Amino acid sequence: MNRVKSWVTYLQVAPLALVFLLFLIVPIATIVVVSFFDYNTTQIIPAFLLQNYEELLLSPVTWRTYQQTIQFALITWALTLLIGFTVAYFVAFHVRSPTMQTVLFLLCTIPFWTSNVIRMISWIPFLGRHGLANTTLMNLGLIKEPLEFLLYSDFSVVLAYVHLYTLFMVVPIFNSMMRIDRSLLEAARDAGATGWQTLLNVILPLCKPGIAIGSIFVVTIVMGDFVTVRMMSGGLSASVGLMMANAMSLLQYPAAAANAVILLLLVLFIVAAMMRLVDIRKEL
Amino acid sequence: MAKQPDIELVSLTKRYGETVAVDSIGLRIPAGSYCCLLGPSGCGKTTTLRMIAGHEEASEGDIILGNENITDLPPAARGTAMMFQSYALFPHLDCTDNVAFSLKMRGIDKDTRRARAVEMLKRVHMDAYAGRLPAQLSGGQQQRVALARALITDPQVLLLDEPLSALDPFLRIRMREELKSLQTRLGISFIHVTHSQDEAMALADLVVVMNGGRIEQAAPPREVFNRPASAFVAKFIGGHNVLPAAVARAGAGEGPFVAIRADRLSVQAGTSGDAGVTSLQGVARSVEYLGSTVQVGIDVTGLETLSATLSEARFDASPVRPGEPVTLSWKPEDVHVLGR
Repeated sequence: MNRVKSWVTYLQVAPLALVFLLFLIVPIATIVVVSFFDYNTTQIIPAFLLQNYEELLLSPVTWRTYQQTIQFALITWALTLLIGFTVAYFVAFHVRSPTMQTVLFLLCTIPFWTSNVIRMISWIPFLGRHGLANTTLMNLGLIKEPLEFLLYSDFSVVLAYVHLYTLFMVVPIFNSMMRIDRSLLEAARDAGATGWQTLLNVILPLCKPGIAIGSIFVVTIVMGDFVTVRMMSGGLSASVGLMMANAMSLLQYPAAAANAVILLLLVLFIVAAMMRLVDIRKEL
Repeated sequence: MAKQPDIELVSLTKRYGETVAVDSIGLRIPAGSYCCLLGPSGCGKTTTLRMIAGHEEASEGDIILGNENITDLPPAARGTAMMFQSYALFPHLDCTDNVAFSLKMRGIDKDTRRARAVEMLKRVHMDAYAGRLPAQLSGGQQQRVALARALITDPQVLLLDEPLSALDPFLRIRMREELKSLQTRLGISFIHVTHSQDEAMALADLVVVMNGGRIEQAAPPREVFNRPASAFVAKFIGGHNVLPAAVARAGAGEGPFVAIRADRLSVQAGTSGDAGVTSLQGVARSVEYLGSTVQVGIDVTGLETLSATLSEARFDASPVRPGEPVTLSWKPEDVHVLGR
């Protein structure tokens, strides 16, 4: 067999490598470089300073914001996992006909026909002080005063996250579930397993890769988000993304870049930890 | 050993909407016997097995194990265990945990159940692989683990759904022997679904030939082969030529068809004059040398292609070649009159 000449191999790899280089490596490298630059109110000055990192890491605001962001990510992760797993389980195991499965699955994607921002905004008239939820509850006589926590609060932020991102959990978990050989469930039943035992001992372990993929989607998106926090908290909550957006609006690009590098490292660390726990290669 | 129970199916029926998959079958399988449900795909054999296992609800009729009506019991409460066609081993559990699965479900503690699982793996000679995942095992090894998993519940009846179909021919014959010796050793009933007549003949104490949701014949293998109950059975188990009764002159008033075993036919080259009661004239269509035997296909006007299985010596005594005229003959006592 002739060995393919090495330059041919490089040529074959080149297009994708170029795309990665231009759209991933170069931007990230730029961010890392800029994060060491100096700046004042009007310009950024090329330099090599650790000052940006110093200011960031020594400020209690940073730590609070990171804590808040991680908290959002954790709560959102837990809720989307719970809801996503349940929805996927229902569609994969309780709906018998493949046609109905497809229909229900497409139904799940309907919210994606509009943009994230529109979907967020549409919560506002529902949750507002005089919104649909409060009005209904008051008319029913269940509450006397409008519930203040419904909008512009951590509650509304998490609600929007869950609404926006549950599908990212449903899809990979559903995919995992559809790969489970149905005779395994019968084998479990034959061995005397109850429905719950089958769920915990057979379905859940076999869905781990799907859960890991969904978790990576949800956690990375929430960790980097700033639009949802800004819109749904009305400026009352902070997130790391919002912090960067604010820095950029003040033209403090190096500060934002330093923050971005730290966030990137944190998210990469979380993803690496998840990959260690679960081997997702099986799903790819 | 405790007295093992008989299994009885009483007008057992399964309908899917309008379709009748199993049509009111009745069968008694004596305790400790190896029973093969044999038939072409779609004949209802797997559905019957799944109803016995409890993975399919019976539309009508009863399943009796010993003195107990198990028709509506959940699978694990029946005293049956099932070995699935593709073995259905849990891919995320090693052999020990696969075998110990049902013990875990019963809440038996980890050390006890793993010890018992290893013991069971020893019985199927798989203890050396106790820590492997199913994906790291060959087909035959997977089957042994699946057997161990089914047997750890101490079932009174083991149900096997085409257990050998996933194996290569060589391994199939070896596992076949192992299944039979295991059944003899355990003394429990095995019910084995297969579409291979060889498998059924080799293994079964009781062969149940099914067709179109009904039982065509339930008898020991020798009886099925020597006295097939119907034209379907004679054709399905092979080795038989089914002829209209009029051709073989087997006497009026009996069935419309007769069967003559292929190895009871004689084939002479040429058309000798005495065509009569026990002979036919035709043209050789194919000659296949199969080692110890030679298979000759013969076209006879107005009939389906007949086949004759001759020993090498008998073939050599009067060799024929495709396209040549031949005379087929048989002894009157070899004509078996078919019921339907």
